[in-house]
Amino acid sequence: MKKKVLTVDDSRTIRNMLLVTLNNAGFETIQAEDGVEGLEVLEEANPDVIVTDINMPRLDGFGFIEGVRRNEKYRAIPILVLTTESDAEKKNRARQAGATGWIVKPFDPTKLIDAIERVTA
Amino acid sequence: MDMNEIKEIFFQECEEQLAELESGLLKLNDGDRDPETVNAVFRAVHSIKGGAGAFGLDDLVSFAHVFETTLDCVRSNKLEPNQDVLKVMLKSADVLADLTNAARDGGGVDEARSKQLIRELEALANGEMPAASEAPAAKPAPAPQAAAPAPAAPAVNDEGFQPIPFSFDDFGGEEKPVEPYAPTCEILFHPKRELYAKGNEAALLLRDLSRIGEMSIRCDMDSLPLLQDMNPEEAYFSWKISITTEKGEDGVRSVFEFAEWDCDLEVRTVEEDHEPEAGDDELPMQPVPFDLSILDDADTDVPAEADEAPAPVKQTAVAESNVVPIAASPRAEAPKSEARVAPAAQQAAAAASPAASAASAAAAAPTIRVDLDRVDRLINLVGELVINQAMLSQSVIENDNNGVSSINMGLEELQQLTREIQDSVMAIRAQPVKPVFQRMSRIVREIADVTGKSVRLITEGENTEVDKTVIDKLAEPLTHMIRNAVDHGLEAPEKREALGKNPEGTVRLTAKHRSGRIVIELADDGGGINREKVRQKAIDNDLIAADANLSDEEIDNLIFHAGFSTADKISDISGRGVGMDVVKRSIQALGGRITISSKPGQGSVFTMSLPLTLAVLDGMVVTVAGQTLVVPLTAIVETLQPEASAIHSFGASQRLISIRNSFCPLVDVGRILNFRATQANPVDGVALLVESEGGGQRALMVDAIQGQRQVVIKSLEANYTHVPGIAAATILGDGRVALILDVDAVVAASRGQSLKQEISLAATG
Repeated sequence: MKKKVLTVDDSRTIRNMLLVTLNNAGFETIQAEDGVEGLEVLEEANPDVIVTDINMPRLDGFGFIEGVRRNEKYRAIPILVLTTESDAEKKNRARQAGATGWIVKPFDPTKLIDAIERVTA
Repeated sequence: MDMNEIKEIFFQECEEQLAELESGLLKLNDGDRDPETVNAVFRAVHSIKGGAGAFGLDDLVSFAHVFETTLDCVRSNKLEPNQDVLKVMLKSADVLADLTNAARDGGGVDEARSKQLIRELEALANGEMPAASEAPAAKPAPAPQAAAPAPAAPAVNDEGFQPIPFSFDDFGGEEKPVEPYAPTCEILFHPKRELYAKGNEAALLLRDLSRIGEMSIRCDMDSLPLLQDMNPEEAYFSWKISITTEKGEDGVRSVFEFAEWDCDLEVRTVEEDHEPEAGDDELPMQPVPFDLSILDDADTDVPAEADEAPAPVKQTAVAESNVVPIAASPRAEAPKSEARVAPAAQQAAAAASPAASAASAAAAAPTIRVDLDRVDRLINLVGELVINQAMLSQSVIENDNNGVSSINMGLEELQQLTREIQDSVMAIRAQPVKPVFQRMSRIVREIADVTGKSVRLITEGENTEVDKTVIDKLAEPLTHMIRNAVDHGLEAPEKREALGKNPEGTVRLTAKHRSGRIVIELADDGGGINREKVRQKAIDNDLIAADANLSDEEIDNLIFHAGFSTADKISDISGRGVGMDVVKRSIQALGGRITISSKPGQGSVFTMSLPLTLAVLDGMVVTVAGQTLVVPLTAIVETLQPEASAIHSFGASQRLISIRNSFCPLVDVGRILNFRATQANPVDGVALLVESEGGGQRALMVDAIQGQRQVVIKSLEANYTHVPGIAAATILGDGRVALILDVDAVVAASRGQSLKQEISLAATG
């Protein structure tokens, strides 16, 4: 059974990169464009792991993670945050919001898959 | 999809983000203080940076990074986005656009300029006002640290959090001077309940640990209460691990990277030959088979397991009673490469984001992106459909004598429908003029800078839609006109002040629809056209006679003459030998017209009227030597029936027609196009008075006018080859092909260069 990844990112470029990388690595990928959409599709997508950006319109990554953690069914799902090297503070906030781990940008396929494998069985 | 395609998407996205960035900054410039505006601006830069990083576009990343840092200061209210700050930011947006273009198309950028702006941005982030200078340009991000005024040096927070710069590449471990032997580490690992709550899983961490070396594990289940007291969410187990790995202590710690705040972790290296330390004597290590296969079960439901936190490992763990968890001691070494943003900044940003939702939700209308080729194909097909429908109608009318048949009714409906389809398809190509207008604000900034003038650009009707081709071709003439307006139109600030005007000049760019065309107006509140100067210049250049009696309007229109420039010296901006004549020609090439009206001391208004699309054309269908031709309606000033008395011979073969006391060269279209060997008698035909390149008028002789109609333009070049004097072709309702006359070329040919030569050249070439 393929593992399902829900990605949440407002950048079309990054969404496409995630899609290509994840599909090549044998994951099933569901994509949302911001936190609001991420929460909307969560139930239906029923992912095994979530990868989310922080800076997004409507609902940012922090809000999205908090939303997922409030969901009885998904509150313990692994959530990886896409973040930049310089965002120590943001990493910390994401963690406090309930992120499981993070992937440091610039986006790199190996890093992404490694990180996903670290947090999923 | 491959990387190149994604890169293409990235650059498309960059364009959108740059537009978003600029319009956001301009809104801020107008006093908008909506947090979502600031957020959107920040996101735009952030997004460009993110994508650029993925493609290794380092110049773009480092500039975007500095820009982002400064924007973050605005976002967290540490920096007031006043006019001076925004000036720097707008210029930075320009540089960011340049860098993006350079990354896409190759080519260089003005490095001095971008370095200068990096310095200015850093100065802003450091709380200095614009104009500070000597901050080192090379280092990308010292800003936020300095900008955060005080909040207690971000050492270790209450959870013992210390960010560790970590790279997965280090897994190779080559760079690390690893001892020839693999050290053995002893690890105490005591997860807290938060570890599970955040989706981490002790069993997975142990699995990852097992992948970097040989290890043995003991599980401490001492604190596990009786079943009835057990809280399924609590973390009760801890582990003691002994691992031999060449990755060493750092490698071990990196396994716990995601979890280290949510557990007590102690890692220490045991020298290989050392006896176990005293405390360990009473806890002899028993190797335990650690069965990882349970983790590979595809049906394992991680979230469920996490709910009953410690479950997965217990089958294989051996109870051990004396292990005492040791609190992780916060490590002292601080990471060097991390720039921190004050917590206050984050709080403010977070507070701002909910407010964001409403505004951005309203703005988004569902759209799809379609390849332009597909749209063009559709437009072509609909063009065919329109022609076909017209042919069908015509033949039905010809063959059907009782005109009220149901076929006729059906045909009328079909005609109606095809019209509507055509309009709708044309609307697909229609785009708001906004992108071009936005580009103009950059032009204004640049010229204002160079000329030392203070200019405010006001744009109206940005959402007015027009065919994409028209938009693409509009940028160049518009740029030129804006430059002229600022350079020649507006007075210097001191002079404006002396005249009692606002020292800041205003340039107003407006777009609107008017009777099936788009009208673009460019107005400045400068000095207006200096008619004395224009007149003198025209006399000097032999454009008019010294005693010519010209109306104000005629004088104003002289600026459209080739090679005309009134600037005392050719300035860097509007010089370069390009004048308003070029602008006029490009507008005419789009099937448009340009006019000027000017009031001394109050400014000038240029008005351009353009067709909404280049796919169809309003034309006058005429007959010339038995051929049907279409003359673009926009070129025709008036039509007249020449009288014999108005025709005058001039030289060997030239003829002039006198129209209201002025003489206008008469051009026989049939002769020019070599449809006939001798000139037709003007009295038998119709004269079309046309205005062409350079503003001169000509009377084109045709045999007869058939009527006016909208025709679908078919490229001759694409289907045949370029024919001198002919702009394109079209198919008429009866199925016949008609050529569309290139008025400018015909007029130019009549000036001497014979089309015949061109034709023979085209034939041999």
